[in-house]
Amino acid sequence: MRVEVQIRKTLRSSGREFRLDVDFTCQDDVSVVFGASGSGKSLTLRAIAGLERPDAGRVAVDGAVLFDSKRGIDVPARLRSVGYVFQDYALFPHLTVEENIAFPVSHWWRRRPGKDMVRKVWDVLEIFEIGSLAQSYPWQISGGQRQRVGLARALIRKPAILLLDEPFAALDPLLRIRMRQELLNTQWLFKVPMLVITHDPQDVAALAENLVVLHKGRVERTVDLKGPPYRDEKGIPVRGIIRQLLMETSVETNGTQAPLSLGAVR
Amino acid sequence: MITSNEVLVPLMLTLKVAGWATVLATLAGILLAYLIARVKFMGRELLDAAMTLPMVMPPTVLGYYLLVLVGRRGPIGHWLEAQFGISLVFTWQGAVIAAAVVAFPLVYKGARAAFEGVEHQYEQAARVLGKSEWEVFVRVTLPLAWRGILAGAMLAFARAMGEFGATLMVAGSLPGKTQTLSIAVYEAVQAGKDDVANFLVIVTSVVCITILVASGRMLRPRLVA
Repeated sequence: MRVEVQIRKTLRSSGREFRLDVDFTCQDDVSVVFGASGSGKSLTLRAIAGLERPDAGRVAVDGAVLFDSKRGIDVPARLRSVGYVFQDYALFPHLTVEENIAFPVSHWWRRRPGKDMVRKVWDVLEIFEIGSLAQSYPWQISGGQRQRVGLARALIRKPAILLLDEPFAALDPLLRIRMRQELLNTQWLFKVPMLVITHDPQDVAALAENLVVLHKGRVERTVDLKGPPYRDEKGIPVRGIIRQLLMETSVETNGTQAPLSLGAVR
Repeated sequence: MITSNEVLVPLMLTLKVAGWATVLATLAGILLAYLIARVKFMGRELLDAAMTLPMVMPPTVLGYYLLVLVGRRGPIGHWLEAQFGISLVFTWQGAVIAAAVVAFPLVYKGARAAFEGVEHQYEQAARVLGKSEWEVFVRVTLPLAWRGILAGAMLAFARAMGEFGATLMVAGSLPGKTQTLSIAVYEAVQAGKDDVANFLVIVTSVVCITILVASGRMLRPRLVA
């Protein structure tokens, strides 16, 4: 698995300007892009998914070119085979849990999965242990359950890569610990490579095999966290050392000005 | 003595005209509101103003415009007559056109606000999940905007029921053919039939109040846990 990302994009909004110019490659099961708000990590993720069009650059997942400004390639989001878990999960409020998960694999004229898809939908519902919630609406279930629905919906089509936007930001701190473990289990179960963006050092410590630090729209450094000193001999992340690493890189990130809102630009 | 011809006939005609006018106005309103809410182009706000115009212009002025357009010598009316032998003036279909134009801004305004209230994120989620623009519209945007559109359509129906000026200009006041409730009220008062006028006024008021209460309910936010 190899994700190549080179993106350049300039956003302007009411006289302010934000310039994104990132270039990195990920080869691991779980890569984490870490940065303060306003560092450009959301924009980067959206550009990989095809929700934002870069001014220039190249995006390739496993050799499949999704965007290449030089060759005039810009694959539409719906054809990119990319799973995307939004920060607040973006579950469709008018659909039940079952209908949300069936959404990607059902036809436009019906909400419920077709006969051939019922099995598939229920397999996923069972894997995420949300079968009992199948008929509930998103506003009726808890934050952790919502995240599972979001993951199930993103994974049912077996995407080539799963992108996660601040996956734990909407959860209680205690629940975060459990859901990080669940996410790793999901990764192992579905064998899908993940790219997570976050501003939470705990996410980096718990998840990252590969770390990309963004600062003011640029890659500040990339670090391989798979081996020592960041993992002990059992392969378990050494939190203290990883935290130390992030402290060094994020000293100056604190002074960043408020982020340009994507909404304001669009 | 009030005969059924004096009440039932204009009432049924009014419901028919208002019903068709609402269907036309709703279809056009959804289409144009979606265009304005989602596509950025030059002159967008100008078009928006033009489509709101029927709400503020005197209905008689609108009726006159319509006559100029769909009358025998008007460009559309002439074409319709030459191609299909259809004439809209002094027909109930003409009344439908008049009522639809007058009621259109109510659906359009409601639908535009409803579409703009749909979070982009849901549409983007649908795209990433592999759906075409058509499917995103039918399965996500439209269902999420539906309540606002429906409320607008109900207001449009109420407005179409009460239409007087433009209808009179385009369709006239032919009893049993184009004489709707509001025109029948006018004719009854003119003819000194106060009992008929009273009855018609009460019927119209009850129908309109019912619609307003229902559409008010439709717009109230749903209970969210």
